[in-house]
Amino acid sequence: MRNGPQRHRDTEVTKIWRSLCLCVSVACGIAAAAQTPERFGIGQPAPPELIAALDIDVRPDGTGLPPGRGTAREGAQVYARHCAACHGAKGEGGSADSLVGPEPKGMAPFGPAYEQWRSGRPDVSFTIGNYWPYATTIFDYVRRAMPPPAPESLTADETYSVVAWLLAQNGIIGEDTVMSAETLPKVVMPARSRFVRDDRKGGRTIR
Amino acid sequence: MRERKKRQDGLTRRALLKGTVGAAAVTLHGGAPSPQASAAQDARAQSPPGAPSRQGRPPNELGTRSPAEQPKRLPSPTSSRTPLQDLHGTITPSDLHFERHHGGVAVIDRQSYRLLVHGMVDRPMTFTLDDLKRFPAASRICFLECSGNFVRTNGEKTTPQALCGLTSQSEWTGVRLTTILREVGARPQASWFLAEGQDAAQMTRSIPLKDVLEEAMIAYAQNGEALRPEQGYPARLLLPGFEGNSNVKWLRRLELADQPFMTREETSRYTEPLAEGSARQFSLVMDARSIITWPSYPQTVRPGWLEIRGLAWSGRGRIQRVEISTDRGGTWKAAELQGPVLPKAHTRFRLLWRWDGMPTEILSRAIDETGYVQPEWPALQAVRGRRTRYHLNPITGWMVGADGRVLFGIGRVSA
Ligand code: HEC
Repeated sequence: MRNGPQRHRDTEVTKIWRSLCLCVSVACGIAAAAQTPERFGIGQPAPPELIAALDIDVRPDGTGLPPGRGTAREGAQVYARHCAACHGAKGEGGSADSLVGPEPKGMAPFGPAYEQWRSGRPDVSFTIGNYWPYATTIFDYVRRAMPPPAPESLTADETYSVVAWLLAQNGIIGEDTVMSAETLPKVVMPARSRFVRDDRKGGRTIR
Repeated sequence: MRERKKRQDGLTRRALLKGTVGAAAVTLHGGAPSPQASAAQDARAQSPPGAPSRQGRPPNELGTRSPAEQPKRLPSPTSSRTPLQDLHGTITPSDLHFERHHGGVAVIDRQSYRLLVHGMVDRPMTFTLDDLKRFPAASRICFLECSGNFVRTNGEKTTPQALCGLTSQSEWTGVRLTTILREVGARPQASWFLAEGQDAAQMTRSIPLKDVLEEAMIAYAQNGEALRPEQGYPARLLLPGFEGNSNVKWLRRLELADQPFMTREETSRYTEPLAEGSARQFSLVMDARSIITWPSYPQTVRPGWLEIRGLAWSGRGRIQRVEISTDRGGTWKAAELQGPVLPKAHTRFRLLWRWDGMPTEILSRAIDETGYVQPEWPALQAVRGRRTRYHLNPITGWMVGADGRVLFGIGRVSA
């Protein structure tokens, strides 16, 4: 994320941002723009407790991960109890998406290499093992949205352990590897390098 | 005079008789007729052309649709689609706007509703709905389309609604994002923000600030009235031209940052595996597209003059041209565009066509102001590969048979 093009992007944003601010200050100079103040004084300062309660997102660098820990061994029970009914006993899928599927190993479930590997076999599903680029996303998503009737009902330890179970079932970590705020962001997902930024930009070329 | 009056009387009696028979049949088959059915019967009973209505009901609080005109959305467990074939002009009635959500329609209490804006800002703040409405307001007309808007599982028996009913158009009103960003003192280093919903899915998307700064708004009204719950009441993010999912509904929180958050909806979902083996991410802009909404399945047409009608739109700006082929793509003719042609908006097109009664296929293709030409399915497949589910916008068409029956041109978009 913090590579060259990203930097470039940031400076562009800064430029646009400055020009917007400038528009406002230039406008302030002319009579009609008295109605466009820098600030309106509308709204309330956000209480820190409210921010803490709502700010549940987890970033790829681990920002937002709570204290706690868990292993796949511990996660098996959490999974069986809270997840298996919809996602299948082994994460193979049921009424809801399949979560486990390391195949095709070392490949994505699409593209030329995959098409050759598959040759005639039925397609494999897109899963955590073969498509998710960041392990932190699993924690973020499970905490905010799973299980659907009661999101945010698992404890931090339960969430770390069920995330560990999903990673282990997909062959990414071992049964006893501890997942925590330190270790989870360091997990390198198999599909990580597949992802590229949108390069469509209109014009004649179909991308 | 008298002669004519007599004939009219005769017509009236016959028509009335027919109406009575019809009503009797309904009663026989269905038991007690529903209020709606009996309203329809009344209308039928009064059907001689030009006959005055009997005294109607007095004025009331809410208007209604004619019992004879009852367009409906097409629901599935996760979405509900706009009946494109039943609509005219460019605005979608709010109750026919498509729906797509990941945790059901959220029920948000107006009194306790707050929008929290924090992260890379000088002053983290919350805003009530009334606060949002006190800021200077802005309105704009634009389309909203789900990037998964391409379903053809019914083969040649696919309607426009089933094919691509996950697009709708409204006039949205709200406060500009820049107004809010100034209020909280957004820092210049902020290059992305997270938008989060208050629904059961706590939907989250990362949005590149630079790409939306000029047009983004926090909308609290649609087509002149407060947002509907299905559209994100009390407030939603509106990003003209961007895929529907990123226009987060039931907007609860904006967090400014210097990097994207990589949520599930921008990694596992709403990304496109490509033919060459990489997966495209943050593909937010909707490419140009068009669809003929009439004639279409399941209609039947007769030889003679027909007006081909449809909609075209582009997330990159204005529709520049829509071309129609009535000979399976052999030749193309520019359709008339209904003005004003707005950027990032459904644009109505029309073309007169004299059908000679021979079987054919009619097609439309949109060209936007960047020069982008809506692609044929094979060209799209060549770059996207087999396994992409989002941003599929191929040229589609309708087969017109010698018997006048219109079927979806499934062959054109099959693998
Ligand atoms: C009541 C059924 C149900 C239960 C129980 C459930 N899920 Fe889910 N899960 C779903 C549905 C439905 C979706 C898809 C939601 C969507 O697309 O918006 C989903 C999606 C997911 C995804 C994202 C899949 C993908 O490919 O993007 C993950 C990860 C997940 N669930 C993990 C879990 C975990 C872990 C548990 C247990 C703590 C759990 N789920 C319990 C129904 C369930």
